[in-house]
Amino acid sequence: MPQTAAEKVLSRKAGYAVEAGDIAVVPVDGAMATDATAPFAIKAFESMGGARVWDPARMALVLDHATPAPNERISTLHTLMRRFAAEQRLRLYEVGDGICHQLMMENGHVAPGELFVGADSHTPTLGAVGAFAVGVGSTDLAAVMHTGRIWLKVPRTLRVELTGSLRPGTYAKDVILHLVGALGIAGATYEAVEFAGPTVAGMTLASRMVLANMVAEMGAKTALVDTAGLEAQELPAPLRQRLGASGPLAELSADPGASYRAVHRLDVSDLGAQVAVPHLPDNVRDVREVAGVKVDMAFIGSCTNARLEDLHVAAAVLRGRKLAAGVRLIIAASSRAVFNAALKDGTVETLSEAGATFITSGCGPCVGTHQGVPGDGETVISSTNRNFRGRMGNPNANVYLGSPAVVAAAAVAGHIVDPAEVLSGVVA
Amino acid sequence: MTAVRTFAGAAHVVGDNVDTDRIIPGKYTKTLDTADLAAHLLEDYDPELAGRIAPGDVLVAGENFGCGSSREQAPLAIAAAGIAVVLARSFARIFFRNAINIGLPVVEVPGHEIQPGARVRVDLIRGEVVDETAGRTYRATRMPPVMADILAAGGLVPYLRSGGDYSVKG
Repeated sequence: MPQTAAEKVLSRKAGYAVEAGDIAVVPVDGAMATDATAPFAIKAFESMGGARVWDPARMALVLDHATPAPNERISTLHTLMRRFAAEQRLRLYEVGDGICHQLMMENGHVAPGELFVGADSHTPTLGAVGAFAVGVGSTDLAAVMHTGRIWLKVPRTLRVELTGSLRPGTYAKDVILHLVGALGIAGATYEAVEFAGPTVAGMTLASRMVLANMVAEMGAKTALVDTAGLEAQELPAPLRQRLGASGPLAELSADPGASYRAVHRLDVSDLGAQVAVPHLPDNVRDVREVAGVKVDMAFIGSCTNARLEDLHVAAAVLRGRKLAAGVRLIIAASSRAVFNAALKDGTVETLSEAGATFITSGCGPCVGTHQGVPGDGETVISSTNRNFRGRMGNPNANVYLGSPAVVAAAAVAGHIVDPAEVLSGVVA
Repeated sequence: MTAVRTFAGAAHVVGDNVDTDRIIPGKYTKTLDTADLAAHLLEDYDPELAGRIAPGDVLVAGENFGCGSSREQAPLAIAAAGIAVVLARSFARIFFRNAINIGLPVVEVPGHEIQPGARVRVDLIRGEVVDETAGRTYRATRMPPVMADILAAGGLVPYLRSGGDYSVKG
């Protein structure tokens, strides 16, 4: 029977053919928790009677949500994680190494066709390489640490087929914002979202990660991006080594004739830059409808949009320009490796000369703990994924979401503007 | 933990798409003390709500309750505040799973019209929700048997401690 990409991965893991609606108990290939979820997971693991993590080579801990620690209470939770990682011989990513999903991808913790379980809701980001990556809470993660297995309901699939070429000034972020707006914040609840089509085949790994990342804002369980067009040489070196020279990427595509809950087709050729307006990520408008909204703070960061190609876009907008008076631009590269690459190629210098402030690679202002909490009544334009009231730490702030180009353009203009106008020189 | 299967209490009602940042803001989540969490439950939504909860009360929500982050601190805060059961027209998936895993009963009641202050009775075994104030009875959506078993055990920790292996008995 023809299978969706999700059914294909879970059938391989289960050892028999599964279909949407089945409950499967499956072995996990990789697992991860952060400083937001690991402390409760460690506590639950010990309460379960857990002694040793089932396979330490398959499990990593990441310090990214509140790093460096803003107070002694959080610092002590970090100490708990460091001690547990040392005792259990787990890989621990330290303060400043980067954001969990970026680190899992860069360092080969996930590979095409694998089942990855992360204690973070944006874990579907790893579906950019055709893995079934699912976000869970602390106790589910503890059970994986204890048993190496998880029970899952095989999800129905929403297939998204993208055709056409993106216009200058529009990016994968605009595509996924448009989709979240069109399908709604619960538009794919409990489902897998499969991305395919010629537009996807032409996308970089970083752009595929942007698409997969924000399926969380449609309530989805996972995202699987068709691996067609994903060249082995573009994959991070540790992953390339795991796959061998060529890799079995092609086998992971969904079968023709697979059964979908729905197929959504989008020609991206006419899509303008998109912005989510307060206070839900599915309140999406064309950027021209909100042009002129004054901004106080701009943020480029998060697991959605802070990779090298995002910093390059921001630098293209900001090169030779200065931030508008009264606007602060905060940047957190998605990992130390991304920051170092941007340092070497001059991107950091361009952005800093324009007036940007670099902070620790990590989640930073996106989760509202520290390093850039907006003030009462302030407006933020952000390359992140959620604009729920209070998300960035202040319920009296207004958060707008857009691509790094939209954020950089607003930082230059002092208000929201179509980045295509800045890039083409219409707006000085 | 002995699993209670019927509940009755006063309804505290919230709307659609109440996300986990509203339930417990990220700045309060970095703790292992659930009393700390309960102190900030839904404070950006309604600063007085947590203070009105009596032990055994029922939290009643609209569509897509608990969307957003995977923080288990959200159901932990609700349970620590004294809420016995959460009803919603629909739930976000990670929240639903997390609540079951910590032993907090969550019941999907599509299309309910329960009003603030209503006296609500929930029978988990029969899958029945009675709004005693309005005199209406609702059918709850059935959860997968594996989830019902985990909830009956009082959560995933006691479930695994008592030898649970996700297989469905009977």
